[in-house]
Amino acid sequence: MATGDRRYARVEFSKGLWRENPVFVAVLGLCPSMAVTNTLTNALVMGGATAFVLIGSSLLVSLLRRVVPRPVRISIYIIVIATYVTVVDFLLAAYMPVAHKQLGAFISLIVVNCLILGRQEAFASRQPVGLALADAAGMGGGFALALCMIGAIREILGMGSLLGVPLLGDNFEPWAIMVLPPGGVLTLAGLLVLFAWVRQRN
Amino acid sequence: MITAKPATAHTSTLRLAGSLAVAGLLSGLILVWAYLATAPRIEQNHREALAAAVTRVLPGTVRIEPTLTSTDDGQVVFAGRDAAGNLVGYAIPADGPGYMDRVSLLFGYDPARQRIIGMEVLDSRETPGLGDRIATDPHFRANFTELAVDPRIVPVKRGDKTAAHEVDCITGATISSEAVVAILNRGLQRWRAEIDATISTGGSP
Amino acid sequence: MDDLLFIFASASVINNFTLAYFLGLCPFLGVTGRIDTALRLGLATIFVMMITALASWCLNTWVLPHAPYLRLISFIVVIASTVQFVEMAIRKLSPALFRALGIFLPLITTNCAILGLALFATNRGYGLVQGLVFAFGAGVGFTLALLIMAGIREESELAGVPALVRGAAMSFFIAAILSMAFMGFAGLFHGS
Repeated sequence: MATGDRRYARVEFSKGLWRENPVFVAVLGLCPSMAVTNTLTNALVMGGATAFVLIGSSLLVSLLRRVVPRPVRISIYIIVIATYVTVVDFLLAAYMPVAHKQLGAFISLIVVNCLILGRQEAFASRQPVGLALADAAGMGGGFALALCMIGAIREILGMGSLLGVPLLGDNFEPWAIMVLPPGGVLTLAGLLVLFAWVRQRN
Repeated sequence: MITAKPATAHTSTLRLAGSLAVAGLLSGLILVWAYLATAPRIEQNHREALAAAVTRVLPGTVRIEPTLTSTDDGQVVFAGRDAAGNLVGYAIPADGPGYMDRVSLLFGYDPARQRIIGMEVLDSRETPGLGDRIATDPHFRANFTELAVDPRIVPVKRGDKTAAHEVDCITGATISSEAVVAILNRGLQRWRAEIDATISTGGSP
Repeated sequence: MDDLLFIFASASVINNFTLAYFLGLCPFLGVTGRIDTALRLGLATIFVMMITALASWCLNTWVLPHAPYLRLISFIVVIASTVQFVEMAIRKLSPALFRALGIFLPLITTNCAILGLALFATNRGYGLVQGLVFAFGAGVGFTLALLIMAGIREESELAGVPALVRGAAMSFFIAAILSMAFMGFAGLFHGS
């Protein structure tokens, strides 16, 4: 890989983490994830699983980009994504049964995460493997990072703990609403405003 | 949306169907392989989780035997036996509406003394920090280590428990606590006659 | 009967797909701006959900016991193709109905709530009747959330909101408040 390519790859990678963060900037792929970000652990597993599927699918789609006929490309992307998701589902059930039970059907729902299909159509299907991987890693990482931020905020405020370890002591009265469904959108809305404010000041 | 290049407009139907078929075939192969590779482990996880739950609701159990199976929803009652082979009791699954959603429980029932000797929440979506204490609150769980089932289990306010068939509810989670009691009563009503019949015909198979 | 009523209430209001699971957020945030559009989209979703419940029950009963690893793929493929087939059938049989629902049908296929419905119904082991009631409840709940949101949006277009909060952030704040309001339905079946 030439130096120039490497620089492009770095740009493609870092844009997903911050400048074009899929959650905070593009507001993509939230449907299947909001309900299960009530603790940092759940957010980590969900974000990790999504990133894995995204990176794997981008690799395959980029490799096959000259072979796949355009009219059926979406169907083929969906088959690729669904295959990865099913494999992740099996792996989690086998090796992380507790997390798998917590997340339940939401693991399978990664398949309809618009972020993943969106990256295949917009990027991986027309770029070489290196760039596609960098883009997927950046977007997947940015997505996981955003979920973890939401998960951490909700767990600290809602349970007074982080990763199950008590943080705030016995005098802290947990804000139960934060680990309930409304807490998810509330946290997200707050973070969106915060990000918009930071961008506006820069 | 980007429109298709002119060249692709002529892609033959055969090629389209062919590439879909190949994609489907490959994905099928990968899935079968992943399934076969993980199935034993997943199966084992299920067995261990079930065994752990049964052991918790029937303290002292070392051997677990499926005893009764429902014909309408496939639920199974397990008999637990201790090291000497004596019957500890039956682990009975039961579920019903809770505060937020369905709550499923497993409880241990000792038919000889007609007592509930353990209760475990298998699955619930009760409010975190409030209703979900039915699974964790030690004081609430202590209700179910020695609970008489006759005439029927009755929920009372925390601290008001005087009789052996009463359950001290959790303050701030009364509805979830009452739901647990209702589910236990329902489970008993459903299985007790069959369990008694099994015992009178000479124990479990 | 009690059981079916509980399934319906749970799917429609207590655990509303949109406001408790946040499935189907995209149309909820993007499409709703007008009440009549929201109503049509909701009706089309109820319809697709019922068909999905039927299709997933068929798959669960006849195909998946032999090939559990095909669950996700077969759900997606079957849902998408069934909806397309139904769309064609409606166009032939009832042009009026097609005009009312038509443009929304393909859009709904990609709605996460549809796949979520099939997966939840499978995980909970619902039978055919339970599955259909669950689907109907979920659809009604989605329509309800969509209508309320559209109503609020119609009003808030004219409200003086700081530019920073406008757009997605405000929609999420509204969703959070609605979600809290819907939590009031919890415990509806207490004592039954």
